[in-house]
Amino acid sequence: MKHAVTRIISSMAAVLGLLFAAPAGAAGPIELNMYYPIAVGGPLTKLVDELVAGFEKENPGIKVNAIYAGNYDDARIKALAALKSGKPAQLSVLFSIDIYELIEQDAIVAFDDIVKTPEEKAWLKSFYPSLMANGTFKGKVYGIPFQRSTIVMYYNKDAFKEAGLDPNKPPSNWTELAEMGKKLVKHDAAGNVQRWGVMVPSTGYAYWMFQAFAMQNGQVLMNANGDKTYYDNPAVVQSLQYWYDLSHKYGVMPKGTIEWGTLRADFLDGKTAIMWHTTGNLTAVKDGAKFDFGVSMLPASKRRGSPTGGGNFYIFKKTTPEERVAAMKLIRYLTAPEQAAKWSIGTGYLATSPAAYETKTMKDYVAGFPYAIVARDQLPFSTAELSTFQTGRVRKLLDDAIQSVLTDKATPQAALKAAQDQADPLLRRYRSAK
Amino acid sequence: MHRSLLVHVYGWLLLLPAAVLLIAFTHYPAIASLAQSFFSPKSALYPSQFVGLDNYATMAADPVFWKVLKNNVWFAVGTVPASIVIAITMALWVNGRIPGRGLVRMAYFTPTILPMIAVANIWLFFYSPDIGLIDQVLSNFGIRGHNWLGRPETVMGCLIVMTIWKEAGFFMIFYLAGLQAISPEFEEAATLEGAGRWHYFRRVVFPLLMPTTLFVLINAMINSFKLVDQLFILTKGGPDNASSLLLYYIYQVAFSFLDESYAATLTVVLLAILAVLAIGQYFLLEKHIHYQ
Repeated sequence: MKHAVTRIISSMAAVLGLLFAAPAGAAGPIELNMYYPIAVGGPLTKLVDELVAGFEKENPGIKVNAIYAGNYDDARIKALAALKSGKPAQLSVLFSIDIYELIEQDAIVAFDDIVKTPEEKAWLKSFYPSLMANGTFKGKVYGIPFQRSTIVMYYNKDAFKEAGLDPNKPPSNWTELAEMGKKLVKHDAAGNVQRWGVMVPSTGYAYWMFQAFAMQNGQVLMNANGDKTYYDNPAVVQSLQYWYDLSHKYGVMPKGTIEWGTLRADFLDGKTAIMWHTTGNLTAVKDGAKFDFGVSMLPASKRRGSPTGGGNFYIFKKTTPEERVAAMKLIRYLTAPEQAAKWSIGTGYLATSPAAYETKTMKDYVAGFPYAIVARDQLPFSTAELSTFQTGRVRKLLDDAIQSVLTDKATPQAALKAAQDQADPLLRRYRSAK
Repeated sequence: MHRSLLVHVYGWLLLLPAAVLLIAFTHYPAIASLAQSFFSPKSALYPSQFVGLDNYATMAADPVFWKVLKNNVWFAVGTVPASIVIAITMALWVNGRIPGRGLVRMAYFTPTILPMIAVANIWLFFYSPDIGLIDQVLSNFGIRGHNWLGRPETVMGCLIVMTIWKEAGFFMIFYLAGLQAISPEFEEAATLEGAGRWHYFRRVVFPLLMPTTLFVLINAMINSFKLVDQLFILTKGGPDNASSLLLYYIYQVAFSFLDESYAATLTVVLLAILAVLAIGQYFLLEKHIHYQ
């Protein structure tokens, strides 16, 4: 019944499509629909339009409709809905961690199955390996990194000076973070805190921040196949304990959860001397800071560490071979060193390949603003963003566990054990699959 | 005979446009949700199959479901009576002959015309610790550093206050219309009989406003279950689901977890709650209402 309705509607849509598409002619250009999300501030749609226009100029046979689709969640919903309806997109920029969901829906193709020439195969290997981790499944590449970020530490150099600390020596490990944080906390006459030592946001992307702590403590949170989590590993429990201790033991961070959206304003207003935030905020902090600020890698416990984040290119399965070739051409253009450099400068996102940092555009920019390179230097220590099958649920379990600890509702051990016990049955059936 | 058939056809044709829209956008989705709630979610790896009441069993065992349901009840208890009392008070106030009446009415109504997303963005900064408006004001009295949205104890109260601020002006408009429909003769008669203002309000005005109150009550109740825009901006349901509401959870299940079946199951529950609320209010309040 449902199939009959779908068939009727799609045949109607096909007829309509023919009516409207006919004038374009059989020999007309290949048309590509591409959805893309924007998750940071700034006039980025304009930048995307410019990049796409540059591509169309070089490739007159291909017409690209780049469609802004809201945030990452919206973009995924729209792309999947377009797939179910008659008019699918050929490629999209979607959240890098959507890969398992897209594979489960059988929606995307592997780039290994499209590339043919040795040159194309070499292109697949031209990106930073840690940015490929989220786009690779069972040895095949499904996602090409585009708008990718990582977490860095922003610190207020004026506050460091005021506290008698060397403004060019930000904390490099957990002990220093706590010790320096104590010195950076400032009280008013009545004993109220005027400035905190450090703030790590814990709403919206709590799991992402937590991945940094866990990685620094030497433990990843999931396996590469996306069918197992390590939430209750002792090193993971210990890292949540440290996050909790920052506010409850060392008193350098406010208690309760810290809002992702207002943290930048807090930092720019001098309410905290140090914040952990995405590199995507770099340009905004640079433009808004009225004090001397610094950017550094996150501190280490057993090692340095940060997750990567952001969006990848995917090519959808419902495409003709010609469309796939055209889509890959477009992706290659947009990720080429020169364009990647332009994109990185305009946004604060990472340039995705070492070659992009060798372009003149990027070198000139880095010469004037050295902090643009901190995120890149941290890449060798980076790990994939939390992503598994059933990723929405599995991620929320961790988010809830973190927040329940930070708000004094549970101990790290109990909260993470409960999250692990709930995540395990969700993932079990994927372990035997294929 | 022939003529009466024509009349019937004519009647049905008149009804058709509304019926098509109602069925397509209200009844069909409701029934489809009910049907879907008996199946497992569909994916390319695991096709959908009939699972009976499994989804309902999952729901009964889901602590987050019970938490958001409880939150929603508190949210309704916190917002509905307060909005109504404030709406009546404001309506009585701007119904009197006060200077700058138009301006005051407009001021009360302004929160209603602002989009919820914009309002939430403003209040996000109001509630922000230390730098926010509320903490700035409180700091004059030596009270500082409240992490309003970051503590489970305060976050729901914050949502309730903002929602009342947003909604009361809207309900005021209905009460204002209700007040103006009351004939001034009642007031003259009451004054002649020597009734005080409170007595007049309690015995005359309030009973005459009951149809409005029923309408507002149903709307406020329904709104408390269907208004969740603010959560996307303010808290995303956190910390640890302390501010999550049923409809927001449905959104998360459907579009973040991509589990259409479980979302359908939760939707069925939401529909049942709303139906019971609406029907119950009609039956309970019917005898207290005096339609003029």
